[in-house]
Amino acid sequence: MTAEEETPEEPPEELPAWSLPADAVERIRLETAWPERVTREWAWGGSTGAGVRVCILDSGVEAGHPDVGVVDNAVAVTVSGDETNVTDDHEGDLCGHGTACAGIVRSLAPQCEIHSVRVLGAGYSGSGAVLLAGLRWAIDQGYDVVNMSLSTTKQKFASMLHELADNAYFRRTILVASAHNMPVESYPWKFSSVISVGSHELEDPLTFFYNPSPPVEFFARGYELAVAWLGGGRLRCTGNSFATPHIAGIVALILAKHPELTPFQLKSVLHLTASNVGGES
Amino acid sequence: MSEDLRAAVAAGVLGAEESHRELLQSVVEVARAIFRAKASSIFLLDEAADELVFEAVAGEGAGELVGKRFPSSTGIAGWVLVTRQPLVIDDVTADRRFGRDVAESTGYVPKGLMAVPLLHEERSLGVLEVLDRPTDTRFTLKEMDLLGAFANQAAIALDLLQRARRARAALDGDGDAALLARVATKLEQRGDDEDDDDGSRAAAVQLLRALEQLL
Repeated sequence: MTAEEETPEEPPEELPAWSLPADAVERIRLETAWPERVTREWAWGGSTGAGVRVCILDSGVEAGHPDVGVVDNAVAVTVSGDETNVTDDHEGDLCGHGTACAGIVRSLAPQCEIHSVRVLGAGYSGSGAVLLAGLRWAIDQGYDVVNMSLSTTKQKFASMLHELADNAYFRRTILVASAHNMPVESYPWKFSSVISVGSHELEDPLTFFYNPSPPVEFFARGYELAVAWLGGGRLRCTGNSFATPHIAGIVALILAKHPELTPFQLKSVLHLTASNVGGES
Repeated sequence: MSEDLRAAVAAGVLGAEESHRELLQSVVEVARAIFRAKASSIFLLDEAADELVFEAVAGEGAGELVGKRFPSSTGIAGWVLVTRQPLVIDDVTADRRFGRDVAESTGYVPKGLMAVPLLHEERSLGVLEVLDRPTDTRFTLKEMDLLGAFANQAAIALDLLQRARRARAALDGDGDAALLARVATKLEQRGDDEDDDDGSRAAAVQLLRALEQLL
């Protein structure tokens, strides 16, 4: 018998974690308000994304860009040895890509919070370790959504990323990650605990498809779209990197209206509202 | 015998470098032709210097760019390398600052570019770029897949090129690899002896096996 089991002063209302005694069944009864049919109107109708904190894990975000507006917080992540350093980031965006992603999220969820975690820009060396440290930090902040338009192919980071992705899943942080269309193993988009996104060629930003042949789970707009870029400008781009923030933005809309949804419930809502399932396209 | 072996391997390696360069050149030439582009180039990552190096160029800039270097964090090529995500941009000139950044790495300001990472096993080896497709043709995601297929071929060629260079460094250099090459040469010499009287070759091989396990 362990010390914990001998201590009877457990708070009586604590939810059971490892088993479900008969007298605890009532305590986990949840209020459900699922409609007969999950529609886009139910999922995000009237939502602006207000109150949802979206993290852009990328090259930084240009605050004040007309397509982005306010950036609520911006940090830069560096790693030296085993130590992770997170500092306020005043550099803006070193490439333009993070700004592009933030602009897409903002266009769909105009009132969500945008938080920038810069993990790119210091060159190729050590970029995998910085990605890992940045993601860990973002999950610790309890962001509602993390947009990851990037991946690593380094096998040594795969198991750590997997653990982080599962950790995010149980803490209700939704990781939305760009899929790869090349014949290599890369992470974290392939993990089932994240939402992986590829591109379609249609123009509507709210058109997205559920893919019945995973591992790529959803296809969103990622083709020839004008995205925010450096200096308040715009560029016309194509890539899964831009499909990903479309799903991140839609997730922000859904979570603003239904903050109680867990990641697996949210993925089900995405499935049910996908353009090829039950959603309007 | 070992000198002969050394010379033979060195000659083989030098030959390999040339044919791999030809292979890389043919990849950029074909990429340029298929996409009817103004130029196409392959950058190789120099991990020690954390820089991208022009390895092969077809079309615009072909004469002067090979061997030119820039930091691996620079612009689109750097971003594509680090994120492992392909990217297509249609109107580079819409952003002057961006245009200048690109020009630094291409020698001129293109209107549009496609960039795809060169991935082999778990390594990001470099970037393949295709510059200025004709504006009258509609670009599709199928072309993106085609570019990915090309990139895969280029990555295999780059991997072979890097292996050939490492092999040559192992034979000629002063580093750890050179030490290993010298050990291999000595083992080869001992192996040529009629017998291993003092048992030193057998002991050395045993030691190497233990070292291999340790590593």
